[in-house]
Formats: sequence, C-alpha cells, structure tokens
Amino acid sequence: MSLWVDKTRIMCVLRELYGPGVEKLKIDQRVFITPSKRKLDVNVVQSNYHIELTPSDVGQYDRVVIQDILKEIAQTQQVDLNAKQKFKVVIINEADQLSRDAQAALRRTMEKYMNNMRIILCANTTSKIIAPIRSRTLLVRVAAPNPEEMTKVLQFVAKKERISLPMETAESIVEEAKGNMRKAILVLEALRMQSPDMSSNIEIAKPDWETYCGKIADLIVQEQSPKRLLEIRGKIYELLSHCIPPTIILKTITESLLTKVDNEIKPQIIHWAAHYELRMQQGAKKIYHLEAYFAKLMTIIKAFSLMGLADFDF
Amino acid sequence: MADIETPPLMPQRTLGNKTTAPTPVDPARQPWVEKYRPKTIDDVASQDHTVAVLRKTLGSTNLPHMLFYGPPGTGKTSTILALARQLFGYVVDVWIWQAPGKVFTKDILAIFPSPDLFRARVLELNASDERGISVVREKIKTFARETPRHMKGPSSDGKVYPQPPYKLIILDEADSMTQDAQSALRRIMETYSKITRFCLVCNYVTRIIEPLASRCSKFRFKSLDPSSTRARIQMIAEAENVQMDDEVVPLILELSGGDMRKAITFMQTGQRLHSAQTPPTPITADSIHEIAGVVPGRIVNDLLRAVGIDVSSGLVDNLKGKDGFKMVSETVTMINRQGYSAGQVLQQVSVNLHDAFIPLDGIPSLPKSLASMAMAEADYALCAGADEELQLLEVALRVQAALQRVV
Repeated sequence: MSLWVDKTRIMCVLRELYGPGVEKLKIDQRVFITPSKRKLDVNVVQSNYHIELTPSDVGQYDRVVIQDILKEIAQTQQVDLNAKQKFKVVIINEADQLSRDAQAALRRTMEKYMNNMRIILCANTTSKIIAPIRSRTLLVRVAAPNPEEMTKVLQFVAKKERISLPMETAESIVEEAKGNMRKAILVLEALRMQSPDMSSNIEIAKPDWETYCGKIADLIVQEQSPKRLLEIRGKIYELLSHCIPPTIILKTITESLLTKVDNEIKPQIIHWAAHYELRMQQGAKKIYHLEAYFAKLMTIIKAFSLMGLADFDF
Repeated sequence: MADIETPPLMPQRTLGNKTTAPTPVDPARQPWVEKYRPKTIDDVASQDHTVAVLRKTLGSTNLPHMLFYGPPGTGKTSTILALARQLFGYVVDVWIWQAPGKVFTKDILAIFPSPDLFRARVLELNASDERGISVVREKIKTFARETPRHMKGPSSDGKVYPQPPYKLIILDEADSMTQDAQSALRRIMETYSKITRFCLVCNYVTRIIEPLASRCSKFRFKSLDPSSTRARIQMIAEAENVQMDDEVVPLILELSGGDMRKAITFMQTGQRLHSAQTPPTPITADSIHEIAGVVPGRIVNDLLRAVGIDVSSGLVDNLKGKDGFKMVSETVTMINRQGYSAGQVLQQVSVNLHDAFIPLDGIPSLPKSLASMAMAEADYALCAGADEELQLLEVALRVQAALQRVV
C-alpha cells in the first residue's frame, strides 16, 4: 500500500506485477447509494487485476464510495488462476482531496484485507493525508524532473521524431514547463506544428489563461480604484467559468504581480496571498475571497506608491 | 514474547449463505504488523498500568465498559483484540460484519458449530462500516440484546477459556462516529449492560461525547517508550532474519516517534527493498530516511540559510546586499519541485530552528515569539487545506522579517 504521485509509474508497477493483462481496460459507471438514498454515479476504470477511481469527485459522499468498493474488492478473491498475484490493486486518485471520514474508513480495512487487496493512493501532497494512513503506507516521493533530465528527454523525443531541436529552444521549453514533463512534450509538439524548422528565436506560446492572469496583474498595478476592481471582477468570473481552479488563479496572478512590484512590498503580498488562499479553502464562495485579495493588493500598492509605506507589521 | 509459530489463518470469510473455507496465508506476504500483533494482553508493550488493570478484570472475568484512547500505533486495538481472545477463546480474527439487514449470529452458529465463542460474542465495528444512527438503532441494538449463548467444553484449540456471560461490542475508531450516533448509544449501553459490554477505541477522547465517556472506565495509552519498541523491533528482526546496519534501529525508533506500527512498517518496507536486490544487502539508514519521507538535512539547511540563519555558527545573518525575497522564493520553489511535503519541512525546520535560535541569549524574545507564531499559524493553515507552496513561502518570509529585527 503506498502513496504515490505519478500515473506513469503506477502503470509500470502494475505491468510488472501482472503482465500485459492490466492494459485491457474498461470504463464502467458504478452507482452507489448513500444512507439518505441518494444515488451517486462514479466512473471507474478497471482491468481484471485492478480498479482505479476518483472518490473525491462525489464530494462529501466519498466515504460511501470508499466503504462500498473496498468491501466489494476485499471480499472477492482473485478468480483468474493464471494471475501472477493473489491480490487485486485499488488505485485511489486525488487521495489528498478525500474527506476525513473517507480516510478514516480506509484505516482498518487497509490492514484487514491486505491479503486480497493492495491500495495505491495517488496524491499531490501528504499533508492532508491523516497520520494513521501515513503510518500504514509506504511513501514514494516522486520529484519533478530537473532541467537537465528534461532537456535530455526532449532531445530524445526530437531525435525519435526526426526534428532538429536547438539547445536554446529546448532550454526555453524546459523553463516554461516548470518541472512538468507532460507540458514540456506538449509544447514541443505544438512548436513543431507552428514552425517545422524549429529555429531558435521562436516565441513559446503560453496557455491563454496564463496570459489573461498576467493582464489582470497589469490592471492591478496600473490603477487602484473601485472601477478597476469591478473590471477585474468580470475577468475573474470569466476565468472561473472556464474551470480554472481559484487557487491556481490566485497563485498565477500573484506570481506575475511579484515581477512587477518593488521588493519592499513582496513579503506583504505573499502574506495576504497566503491569508486569502486559506480563507478560500475554508469559505464556500471563492470569488469573495479572490476579490478581497485584489482589493487588499490595491491598498498595499497605493499606500506604497503614495507614501512609501511598506510597514510590515503582523 | 508472543507465540509466533502458529501462522494465522486468512481472516476473511463472507457471512450469509455462501462461505468459503479459510485458506492459509503465505506468512512471508503477511504484513508484520498483523503477524506480530500481541496474542495476549501480557504481550502488549509498555502499557503497564492498563495491562495491570485489565489482567485483574480477566481474573475476575468482570469487565466494565471501556474507553481506550491515545496516539496511533500504541496498541489500543491490539489490546482489546487480545483481551477478547483471552476471554472467549482462540480465534483466527474477528468476523467481518457485513450484509446489512441480516442478523447473523444464529446463521453462523448453524454453519460453524464450533465451540469458539469469539464469533458469537464479539462484534467489531470500525470506521469502514456504516455507523450512522440507523446502524446504532438496528444492528448494535439487536446484537446487544441477544442473550449470550453458553458453550460447554474446551475451545477448538483444546484450552478452557473463562467465557464470561456477556457479549463484547468493539467500536474501533469511535471518534469518527457522528454525535447523533453516539447519543443513540447512551441508553443502549445502560439497558443491556448485564449482557453486553462496550469498548470504544479512539485517538481523540475529546470527540467522544461526555455522557458516553462518563459511562466508561477510561484507559489512556501513552506513547511507547523507546526501550520496549526496540525490544519488539529486535524480536521481529530476529524472527524474520532481517539484516540491518547498526544505526538503523535507533533511526527507526527516532522517526517512528513512539508509533509501533510505523516502526514495524518502516522495517518491513526496508527489508522488502533490500532483499529484492541481488545479492540481498542489509538495510541502510538512507533507505529508511527515504521510506519515512524525511527531508534531507541539506535541504532544511538551504531553507534556514535563506531566512538568514547561519547553520554552522547558529548566528543570524543580516542579509546585507542580498535579495532576501529572491533567496527564499527560489528555495521554496526548489523544495516544492522535489515533492517534499510542506508539513514535513515545517516540522523539521521548527526543530532545527529551536536548536539554532531559541537558546541564543543575544536575541530578544520578540523575534523568537514572532517566528514561533508564524510557524504555528502556517501549521494550522496546512491542516485546514491551504496551498503548500504559499504557506511555506509565507512562513519563511515572516521568520526572515522577524530575524531582521535583531540585526
């Protein structure tokens, strides 16, 4: 039972455990019924040997999904006599988003049914996994690849695809990808479509929403007024309606803002970013907290530009 | 120590009409945590007071309602399972309670006319079972009010057990039960107290409602002391033929922090890792570090240097001519990319900070307090689900600002 971050590696392990049979996948929709008789539809991906699901999709009812599915798997033994392993594997995606109840439901079951079932939890962070689960699992930390490794992979892909990839282009792709291998390869593919010759002075296109966030940061720096705040609200709604997670919006705007302001007020900006991001997690309506944050940012910038005030008193 | 010769049988059999015979499990694949669970309460490590009290109740075969609480991995579940086993007879494992809507005890006794009372007398429910108010009203109540059956003669392993005339309901992880469900238990506990005893097991005693807690005798399980953890670890290492470097056992003890389950899991994982190599190598301290998810000292030191603490001398750096913000933000980005958890980094930094910073007399109390406050707030925020990168950045900058008040 382990706590992982990386899909590719999980599939490699499964292949190692069971052979090519795990790659015969089928997608299934399962119905779970809550104690209050509500029906939940959950999409699961499964093979004969494993089952993969994202219980956090159903929000607060994730506990029901966990209880039902684990019991079901745990109480059936492996039917395929040719199977290499006696146990089945359950992959739980976004385990850090599981509610406390759902995690508590995992605890004893994980231990009890270890003979029939192994669990792989896939999470971005271990902070939100409760201690009893952490003490029952093997932690596998998967670090982001470093720039050299990424350049190497890009060069490898380029060679296979018979593209000539100049070193400078590779480096700028790596920088843009920020440790995300998938993004780097996608950017490479996009660049090839744009300009097949891969000359060294091409612009790497950022995703639209990132450019948009940059524009919002500009708006904040240029003018601090209620009118501007209203204008920004429209843009934030636009971003939210395109399903950009609010935390990402806040972080991207903060990041691009930090390149535009004086060093003196940077710690203050981070402080309020952290403050409102926490509020956002605790509250229900994200937009209130985003707006409050931008209003705060305007206050800070205005106070600093008018009076040179950078009083950072906590 | 525990008799480890008898390989435990597979715990799961399905209830209802279909049953499968228990199949022996390959002991090599069993988690050691289960394999070496204490078989009697005397095997339970380090909880002398609790064990002494329970031994008395075992002698008189009179049991109060009980509430076990304490940090994870201190033997709460093990103790109650061992006690139940000693009261009602040798049994493989507790029956899985399932098949909602079925009262199962009679069925089972019909299918398995074995003299072992455990199955008929013990009901174990944990957080993986539905335990809402309806379950308390129906299932628990049904079980609680059944008259316990008495069995004559020795148990299947040939020994005679006390077989006291009551049933035992174990509510494991009781702190995750809802308030309503807990309130519903109150009267049940009293009404059927002649024929049923309850044992609530939880981590946080404060989450158990007061009326329930006052009906139970409370047992606090304290964090295990290093010597008994060491003894148990070494016993298992010997039985499993584990080869370790000398510094590994102290390291496991340190990293597990009094959690026996964690300690045993660390060792078994290390063993799996190293015995898979050809030729098998002894477990090294490095692999235990990696298994435990500890952030290497180098990275912690990088962060400390960025906030302005000279690690080697323990002095505060005045950061003249340096871009403090850039240093911190670069280090934090690096930590994040490496995939270390902010909570773990924070914990280790705070330990180092205490060593490096708190004892220094030259620094006034104010910056010390400010730094501690920053860390406490970040810890709270992380628990509440805030973004890791932002929180780590925030705490580093605040500590930095606090330190700059000194120089």
